[in-house]
Formats: sequence, structure tokens, C-alpha cells
Amino acid sequence: MRLHIVTGKGGTGKTTVAAALALALAAQGNKVLLAEVEDRQGISQTFDIAPLSSAETLILEHPSGGRLFGLAVEPKAALLEYLQKFYKLGRAGSLLEKIGAVDFATTIAPGVRDVLLIGKVYEAVGRTEGRGKKATKVYDAVVLDAPPTGRVARFLGVNEEVAEVARMGPIKAQAESITRVLQSRITAVHLVTLLEEMPVQECLDAVQHLGDEGFPVGAIVVNQVRDPILSDADLDALSGGVAPAMRRDIEADLSAAGVPDPAETAGVLLDEAAAHLERLDLQAEQDQRIQEQGRKVFYLPALPEGLDSGGITVLADELRAQGMV
Amino acid sequence: MTMARTTAGSALDIDALLADHAKKIIVCCGAGGVGKTTTAAALGLRAAESGRRVVVLTIDPALRLAQSLGLTALDNTPRPVQGVDTAAGGSMAAMMLDMKRTFDEVVEQHASPEKAAQILANPFYIAVSSSFAGTQEYMAMEKLGQLRAQAATDDQWDLIIVDTPPSRSALDFLDAPKRLGSFLDGRFIRILMAPAKAGGRAYLKAATATLSVAMGVMTKVLGGELLRDVQTFVAALDTMFGGFRERADQTYALLQDDETAFVVVASPDRDALREAAFFVERLGQERMPLAGVVVNRVQFVAGRLTRARAQDAAEALEAGGARSSATAGLLRLHTDLATSAERHQAQIGRFRATNPGVALTQVPAAARDIHDLDGLRAVGADLAG
Repeated sequence: MRLHIVTGKGGTGKTTVAAALALALAAQGNKVLLAEVEDRQGISQTFDIAPLSSAETLILEHPSGGRLFGLAVEPKAALLEYLQKFYKLGRAGSLLEKIGAVDFATTIAPGVRDVLLIGKVYEAVGRTEGRGKKATKVYDAVVLDAPPTGRVARFLGVNEEVAEVARMGPIKAQAESITRVLQSRITAVHLVTLLEEMPVQECLDAVQHLGDEGFPVGAIVVNQVRDPILSDADLDALSGGVAPAMRRDIEADLSAAGVPDPAETAGVLLDEAAAHLERLDLQAEQDQRIQEQGRKVFYLPALPEGLDSGGITVLADELRAQGMV
Repeated sequence: MTMARTTAGSALDIDALLADHAKKIIVCCGAGGVGKTTTAAALGLRAAESGRRVVVLTIDPALRLAQSLGLTALDNTPRPVQGVDTAAGGSMAAMMLDMKRTFDEVVEQHASPEKAAQILANPFYIAVSSSFAGTQEYMAMEKLGQLRAQAATDDQWDLIIVDTPPSRSALDFLDAPKRLGSFLDGRFIRILMAPAKAGGRAYLKAATATLSVAMGVMTKVLGGELLRDVQTFVAALDTMFGGFRERADQTYALLQDDETAFVVVASPDRDALREAAFFVERLGQERMPLAGVVVNRVQFVAGRLTRARAQDAAEALEAGGARSSATAGLLRLHTDLATSAERHQAQIGRFRATNPGVALTQVPAAARDIHDLDGLRAVGADLAG
């Protein structure tokens, strides 16, 4: 059993990466749960399926026999389920809802919302089927599409968060068992980043912070990596202004290939190459910073066509090929 | 084929918006990671350099952007931004929101010194003021109200630009103040308060049996200590209910006023544009004035070479006979860029089709991150189209 927690700066594609990772695990024959906690319906959009509910739903069956389930964790449902499971509340549960206590707990009370959300994931991680010695874990792996890096330490640090308000009692006890799992070896917190300055800075800060807080940091997944397209030799020749002879050759090639306005088009292409070189330099600079961490790094290509037309499968295959799963 | 900067549909005229002195507040909102803060700062700089006296309220700027605005200390007070061209008579100040401090100030302003001290020391208050998921949103709106009041008194600023918090969803900042407000007004508060009050009220007596069951359950689930903290907090807060409520209502009315303009920020991705569409719809429901949508990081290609033609030419050259080994690669690069450009325009086209009449402007993707005033100036020029 493994719990994979995926986070990253907003806009880096953490939901896409979480989905690709879950798909890669399912493609190996595993029974996998992919969960989201931010009420964004990111999973259903990524797989282009109907919105998920707070009940686990089969997303796909892989020819390997693996199965991928999706879940949108909802704090109210999680609270009522929790109350029912531990307190057998029955009608008292709906009474709490009626007087506004459920709203209070899920929206206002600090930390309680997070305990409920991560508590549901914790429950799925630990859930077993069968009795006694024959009991086995229901899921082989759980992948959590977690809140972005700016909020993830607080989200995972439920123990501390709750300790601010509840120094003892049942919520505190629940938070402690959750924290034990989150800080154990079955858990890995993966960070998604782009090779741009701000996302990389946030990624490195989060690696440091999560490590300090005792959470096992897993891999760094670099998303939307630009393909150099041109050979190193060509890139060298193009950098720092192209020689007149080379420009003449390029124009002649364009003309021969039937491209209209070869001279003007050559200018456009060379401008594009200059911007491309600048991006590649920036990428290399940022990649260097990531490599210096000495952690496992996986690279996913930028898909010019986006996620449409099976992009998620391409990314899942890439993660498998690079050995993330 | 040329990719025109403005596709069919109405264009958002940024310069006209910034020049409209009847507009005193611009709120930038949108999903996380779409460049909201950069847009807010670029709008602020362009407005200042065209003669407006601007204050920009940022929530959580990236370090280097913050430094370029002179925001080295988080002291909850606007500071002048150095390096702004003031020839047109404008000026620019910027500040970073300190959520806890803003909350503390609200408490100090609305409660007696004795009560305020009691609230500020309450463990539940400390937790709520620094971590409640909606506090940042609530306090951003509170700070906006304060800046607006200050602008009206000392006439130091004639335009306030607000960046909204990086929320779970872009709609959070509209909902959070109301959520806190309805909690403060709600039935649950009265129930929590009941044991603290005399308990003689008839409606409470009638409901006593139900209440004692509910309180019993809550004690069991939450623990007695937490419940006592909450009760103390609520009792202390009771004295300032009116204040909270009033401020939330005032801010809400301010957001509906014609002096406010919302700018919804997005990137040309499906998710960000969907979020933008939700926001546009919601602003309509709340009768809040939308200026338009800014789509950042849009890929454009210059010249007339189409994707298909570039791809064909690359294949032809790869088959042999090329004089430069780079030509085919350059055509492949162009093919990729043109593919992204087409995808971006398709996404934007879809947004336009489902949001007719919404003005929109597109900002081209830059090769590098923006972290100085020159960069912001360039973004401002792109915003203006």
C-alpha cells in the first residue's frame, strides 16, 4: 500500500500529474483511488467524465486488470460519515446539521475541515476487506491531488493545526493517527513544478518545509518541459545572431520547400528561435536548481495539443518509462 | 495566416478603463497561477504613469515581484513604489496584506479595550484569525474598505487596485465574508451562547431538550475544552456583531457600485477559462460590474506561415536536399508554436461563444518571468493591446 500526495504551485498541472500517476499505477494492474479535496472537479475534467461525488466511482478498467477509482472528498459528507462510524449518531447527526453545527465545523472551525478531508483519505488508505488474518487492503495505492504548495503544509499538518484549538479529545486523537500515517514510509509527497523561476522557488521552499515538518518528500515532477527540437549544433549556430551565410541557406531552403515570402518568413523563424533559446536557457538554469536537490526528478513533455486527444495516457506512459511507478 | 491579437468579439480597452476617473476600484480575480498579481501590478503601474494616483493591494506576491515594488516589509501599510514615472502627475503605492494584523485592528476598533484584550487572547480567536480558510478573503475585503475610506478622507489615492487571495476557487473571496457573516448571525451562535446567557428566554426553554442533546453530542465530538473556548470567543464577539455585519454589508455594496470594476484574469487553458466563466456568471448574479477578461500567456505566431504548411515544408526538407541543417528544425518549432497558438485561440473562442458581450484582452506569453518595473511596463503595454 502506498499513499502518493501530489502538490505544486497553482498552474503547474498538479491535477494532471496526479491523474497521470494514478493511471500509470492502474496500468500495472493495481487497484487505485485518485482523490481530490478542493471541490474543483479537476479529476472528472481531466478524464472527461461526469462530475465525481463523495462516493468512490470507477473511472476505468485497464487491460492489465488494474482499476482506477475517483473520489471528490466533501467535508460535510466526510463529517457525517465519521460521526456515524465512531459515534453511531443516527438522528443526532442530522440534528447537528439542522442547528448549523455541521456548517460551523466544516467551514469556520480552524483545522476541522482539513482533518475531515484528509481523514477520509486516511480511511481509504487503511480500509481492509476480508476478516481476521485474511484481511487485505482494499486499495493498492491512493493518489491524493492535494492543495497547492502555498497551503499544503498546513493541510497535511493537521495535528499542529488542531492542537491550536483542541489540546485533547477525540479530534486531537484522530489528528494524531492521521499524522502517523502521513509521516510513515507508506507516504510520499511529490512536488510538481514548471521550469520557471516562481514555480521552482515555491517547489524548493516546499521541499524544505515539508521535510522539516517530518513529511516524507518523494519525487519532483517537472511538467511541460519544452523539447529542444533543434540539435545542439544548430542551437549553437543560432545563438547570438545567425551568420549571413546561414541565413541565406535557410532562405534558400524555405524557397525550395515552397514556403511563401522566404526572406520575411526566415526572419519570423529566427525570432522564434531566439525566444525559444531564451526559454531553453531559463529551463536549463531552473533544472540546475532542481538537480541540486539530489532528489528523484521525472520530466513530462509540454503537449502542444494540450490534454485533448489522449494526452493523459502519454504522460502516464512517460512516468512508467522513467520508473516513477 | 496571421494570428490577430483581437479575435472576433469585443476588446477590453484597458487604457479607457484606467483613464475613467469614475472608476475608483479595480478588483483582479481568477484561478491560482494565472498571473493575477502581475496583472494587478502592471495595471497599477500603467495607471500611475498615465496620471492616476494608485494604491495596489497585493495578497501574496512572489518574492522578486514584491521586491521590485519595494515591498520588503509586511507592515500592512501602503508604501510608495520607487522608479515610477510621475511626469503625468500620477503616483503609485503598494502594500502586502497582513491578515492577522488586519483582523486584530478590526477587533480593536469595534470592541472596548477590555473586551478586545479578551478576544485577542482567546485561543479560538488566534486560530481563526490566522488560519480560517476564509479569513484572508474577509480581511482583503476589509482592507479594501479601509483604503477606500482613507482615500475619501485624505484624497491621497484616486484608484485602488486589489489582487484577490489564491483561493481554493476564485469565488471564495466573494463567499467568505458572507459565510463569516451568516455564522455570526446564525442559529448556531445563539445556541453556543445560550449557556452563557441567563437562559430565561422562552424560545430557548422550549428548545432546551433538543439543545442539551446537541450540546452533549458536540462536547463528545469536539471535546469540552474546545467548546468552552468557542463559547468564550463568541460571547466576547457578541458585542461587535453589528460592527462586523455592517462592514461586510458596506464592502458588498462597494463591490456592486459603479465605481468598482472587476477584471477577471485567466490563462488560455481549459480549466482557467472555465473558472473565469464561473466568475463572470457569478458577478452577473451579484450585479457586480465586470470590466472584462484578461487572458495571460497566450501564444501568438507572427507572419503568414500556417502550421500545416510549416509541417509539410519540414518533412520535405528532412527528406533531403537542405542546405542548412537548422531549417527543418526551425519549421518544426514554428509548427509547435502554431499548434499552441491555434489551441489557445480555440479555447478563447469557446469562452467568447459562451460569454457573448464579455470584453477580453490577450497578453502574449513572455519568454522570461516578470520581476521589475520594466517588465511590468511591457505587460501593461500588452494589456492595452
